Amino acid sequence: MRVYTVHQITQYIKEVFELDPLLQDLWVEGEVSNYVHSAAGHVYFTLKDAQSELRCVLWRSQVAQQEYLPGNGDAVVVHGRASVYEARGSYQFYVDHIQLAGAGALFLQLQALQEKLEREGLFATERKRPLPRFPRKVGVVTSPTGAAVRDILHILQRRYPLAEVVLSPTLVQGEEAPPQIAAAIQALNDHTDVDVMIVARGGGSLEELWAFNDERVARAIFASRVPVISGVGHETDYTIADLVADVRAPTPSAAAELAVPDRRELRSQAMQHHALLQQRMLDRLAEQKKDVQQVLALLRRFSPRALVDRWRQSLDERFQRLYTRQEHRLRLWHEQIRGMGLRLQALSPQATLDRGYAIVSSRDTGAVVTRTAQVGSGDGIDIHVSDGHVTAVVD
Amino acid sequence: MEGETELTFEQAFQQLEEVVRQLESGDLTLEQSLSLFERGMHLARLCESKLDQAEQKVSQLVGVEGGRPVLTSFEAQE
Repeated sequence: MRVYTVHQITQYIKEVFELDPLLQDLWVEGEVSNYVHSAAGHVYFTLKDAQSELRCVLWRSQVAQQEYLPGNGDAVVVHGRASVYEARGSYQFYVDHIQLAGAGALFLQLQALQEKLEREGLFATERKRPLPRFPRKVGVVTSPTGAAVRDILHILQRRYPLAEVVLSPTLVQGEEAPPQIAAAIQALNDHTDVDVMIVARGGGSLEELWAFNDERVARAIFASRVPVISGVGHETDYTIADLVADVRAPTPSAAAELAVPDRRELRSQAMQHHALLQQRMLDRLAEQKKDVQQVLALLRRFSPRALVDRWRQSLDERFQRLYTRQEHRLRLWHEQIRGMGLRLQALSPQATLDRGYAIVSSRDTGAVVTRTAQVGSGDGIDIHVSDGHVTAVVD
Repeated sequence: MEGETELTFEQAFQQLEEVVRQLESGDLTLEQSLSLFERGMHLARLCESKLDQAEQKVSQLVGVEGGRPVLTSFEAQE
């Protein structure tokens, strides 16, 4: 029988630990308790779960390299190796890396990836490409089952059935999802002539959306020949894929709406153009007609007919003037004639006869006898008085 | 109009917009504007009928064989 010293057996146990490859490189998850940051700068704590506890130590040299140091109660994942502390004869875990577990760890990873890709320019706004106004072929990268694909196809059909749709089916959650999504994006680029692409997944937990935070997916989107619209989860979910995409839509449905124009709007635009064209044409014709009428009016002024009319009018005017003048003259004559009549009347012999004078005329010659020598004895004479004449014979 | 059936909706719509823009500019003879008008009306009707008659084609990229994509028709399950 061989008897060992405490030290010997402790050394042996330590060797067993240190020769086991698993124990020398492993991740352990648990809740932090008894957290002590010693004066010497080392950190001691206990990791525990419902059944067990594990003593942990983080040497001062490692403390400085941690991005994160836990507090009591934190759920963490630590990396390191298990070994034996000979002085106490107890095993403990020598930690070299510590990070938050679950959502916390994911968040840290996400942040690190985001910073890296940002530095590489994958999110640069100047790199974002405009979406085609009238896409001929729309690629859809999503699961062939589930609500997202149904919603997307429904909206594409309703808004713009002119575009052809090519679905590039893929898993959208789980370990296999990221390389599949990346391959689906690449396949659309390499083997189809889509001119825009939707990368989408319906709502889910942070873990379910995780594939869209994968670096491979981000790089596939970045490498896409055609613009990519992301529509992952709900409105409040932001993934790396959203940041790399040319356009981020809050949901798969919204991505489909952004991808294509709405045919009802297009139709009403076409109808507006239609109406505008007609109005333009009517205006144009009315304008042209007005011009023609103006020219016609101008032409009419120079037509021979107008000349004749003008001459006729001027003749009329002259006639009128002549006539007026003639009438005036006639009236003058008329008055002169009347005056002369009155004067003639005053000179008439009848007036003299009326006053009792008589006129003697030779019966033979008819001449008025004004001298005695004109008649001799026996000559017949007529003696005119106011109401007739008598005959006599000279003695 | 020869070859008109070859116009895609996109081409027809963009030509229609161009026709309207030209007519708006107003710097045309009556003959030019009449023929543009006819063309515009034709394009507007073409756009409307294309929008009304379109039926979406949906296919699924299931793989690549010899460098060529293999497409099958796809219908979403309700």
